[in-house]
Amino acid sequence: MKTLAATPGRFIRLGAPISVIVAAIIALILVACALLASWIAPYDPTDLASFELINAELPPAFTADGDSRFLLGTDNQGRDLLSAMLYGARVSIAIGGGAVLLAATLGVTLGLLAGYFGGRVDALIMRVADVILSFPTILLALLVSGIARAIFPGAATAEWAPVILICAIAIHEWVQYARTVRAATMVETAKDYVRAAKVIGLPPRRIMLRHILPNVMSPVLVISTINLAAAVLTEATLSFLGVGMPPTYPSLGTLIRIGNEFVFSGIWWIALFPALALVILVLAVNIVGDWLRDRFNPKLRVKR
Amino acid sequence: MLKVLLSRLGQAALVMLVVSAVSFVMFRYVGDPVATMSRENASVEEKAELRRSLGLDQPLVVQYGRFLGRTLRGDLGISYRNQRPVTELIAERLPATLELVIVATILSLALGIPLGVLCALKPNGIAARLVQALSLIGISTPTFVTGIVLILVFAVSLGWLPSFGRGQVVDLGWWSTGFLTISGLKSLLLPGITLALYQLTLIMRLVRAEMIDVLSSDYIRFAKARGLPTRYIHFRLALRNALMPVITVTGLQIGSLIAFAIVTETVFQWPGMGLLFIQAVSFVDIPVMAAYLLFVGLLFVLINTVVDILYAVVDPRLRARSA
Repeated sequence: MKTLAATPGRFIRLGAPISVIVAAIIALILVACALLASWIAPYDPTDLASFELINAELPPAFTADGDSRFLLGTDNQGRDLLSAMLYGARVSIAIGGGAVLLAATLGVTLGLLAGYFGGRVDALIMRVADVILSFPTILLALLVSGIARAIFPGAATAEWAPVILICAIAIHEWVQYARTVRAATMVETAKDYVRAAKVIGLPPRRIMLRHILPNVMSPVLVISTINLAAAVLTEATLSFLGVGMPPTYPSLGTLIRIGNEFVFSGIWWIALFPALALVILVLAVNIVGDWLRDRFNPKLRVKR
Repeated sequence: MLKVLLSRLGQAALVMLVVSAVSFVMFRYVGDPVATMSRENASVEEKAELRRSLGLDQPLVVQYGRFLGRTLRGDLGISYRNQRPVTELIAERLPATLELVIVATILSLALGIPLGVLCALKPNGIAARLVQALSLIGISTPTFVTGIVLILVFAVSLGWLPSFGRGQVVDLGWWSTGFLTISGLKSLLLPGITLALYQLTLIMRLVRAEMIDVLSSDYIRFAKARGLPTRYIHFRLALRNALMPVITVTGLQIGSLIAFAIVTETVFQWPGMGLLFIQAVSFVDIPVMAAYLLFVGLLFVLINTVVDILYAVVDPRLRARSA
C-alpha cells in the first residue's frame, strides 16, 4: 500500500514521465478543490437564498457583457456556475469513490472466496460474473436505477439518488476485481505459506484475510484508479440521461444536462464548463491510472 | 461438436430464462402501473376497472403463465404511457437505431483500421504519438459531451447540419429509412460520428496491437528476408491476419453499440429504441423497460452464442477443451 502513496517525490523516483506527474498534480488539485468546495466556492449553490432568478443565464465574466460577480457566468436559475461546478465535482467524486469502494469490497470478497475454495463456489461466482460482463455497464446501471425509481417513488428518488447511483455503477465494476483477485488468490493458495497455515489449523477466514489478502492487494489498488475514472464517467452519463442526481443537488453530469437545454439558444457556458471540468478530471486520472497499470503489472493491460 | 453446440445452446437458454425472470419480476412487482396511468382524481371504481383491464387482479401463477405465453408469441404487453403494444413501438423504433449503428460501425472501421495500421508501422512517429494521445482524450470524453460539442460547432455556430431527429424518411414496407433522402443522410452524420467515436478508440487500439503482434511473427520476417516489397508485406500479408480478431470484436460490439446508442439518441433526440427506453425509465413504463431488456438480452445472447459456436467450428482446440 505504501508504495502507491501519491506524493510527487515518489512518482519521480518511480521514473514517471513528466506528463504523468503533471496529470497527477492536476488530478490532486481538482480533487482538493472539489473536497474543499464549501470553503473555496464564492457562493453556496445549495442555499436557496444565495441566488436570484434575476441573475439567470449571465455569460462568463471575461466575455463582453459578463458580470464580474460570476467568473464563469450563471445557470438558468441564477446560480454561480463556478460554485455549482465545485459542489458538483464533489458530488461526482463522492459517488465515483463510493462506487469503487463498494465494487472493490464486493469483488475482493467474492474473488477471495472463489479463488480459495474453488469448485462449486468458484463456478457459481464466475458464472454470474460472466453473465454480468456480457451486458454493457450503462445498460445495467440504467436498469438498476429504473427499478429503484419505481421502488422509491417521487421525492424519495431524489433523496436516495446517490445510493442508487453507487449501487448501479458497482453492479458492473465488481466483476473486474473478482476476476483479478480470484486469479491472484489461486496462485497464493498453492504456495507453501498458505499450505502451512492450513496445516496448523487456522480457520479459512483468517487465512484469507490475514495471509492472502495483503498479497493480492496491489493489483486491486491499480485497477481502482482506472475504475474511479470510469465510475465518474458512468455517473455523469446517468445524470445526463436524467436518471442520476436531481437538479436541486447537481453533479457535473446534471449540470451538463441542464446546460444542454440551452445550447440551441447560444448559451454555451452552462454545458461547456462542467463538461470541460469533467473531461480534464477523468483524463488526468486515466493518465495516472494507465501509467500505474503499466508500471506495476503489465499483465493487467487490457485491450480496450 | 454436438456436445459443444448443446452446451452453448443450454447456456444461452439459461441466460435468457434469467433475463425473462428479471423482466417478469419487474413487470409484476415494480411500481403500481394503475397509479401511474390513471388521472390524478380517478375514482376507486375507475382504478379497479383499469386494474382488471390490465389483468393485474389475477393470481400470480396465472399472470406468470400469461407473461411467458405472450412473450413467446411476441406480445410484450401494452405501454403504460403510450397505450400501444410494446412490440409495435419497438418495431417502429428499430430501423432508426440499426441505421445509426450501421453508420457508426462503418465510420469507425473506415477510420480505425488506417489509424491503427499507421500507429503500428511507425510507433515512434509524430502522427502515431498524436493519435495515441488523442485516443486517451477520446476514452476520457463521455459520448454526450462529444455530441454537445458537435452540435455547438456544426449545428448552432455553422448551421451546416441538423441537430435533432432523422430528417425525411422513406418507408420501405415496415422499414423506414433515412438513407434515401438528402435530409435523412445529413441527419445521420452528427449522431453517426458521435457513436462511432466511442467505437473508434477500441478498433484503433486493437488493430495496432494485432498488427504489432503479426509484424513480429516468423512468416513476416521470412517474407522480408525474401525481399518481397514492403507494401505487399504490410497490406497483403500482415493486415489480413491482423484483421481477423478485429472483425470478431466489431461483431461482438454491435450489441453494446445498440445499448450505448441510448446516450447518442438522447443527445440528438434520435427516435430510436434507446430514446424509447430512456423515456420508459423516466416515466416508470415497466412493459417497455421489460421488453427492451428482453430484446437486448436476446440480441447479446444470440451474438455471443453464434461467435462461440463459430469459434468451435474454426478452431478444433476449443472443442477439445470444453468437451
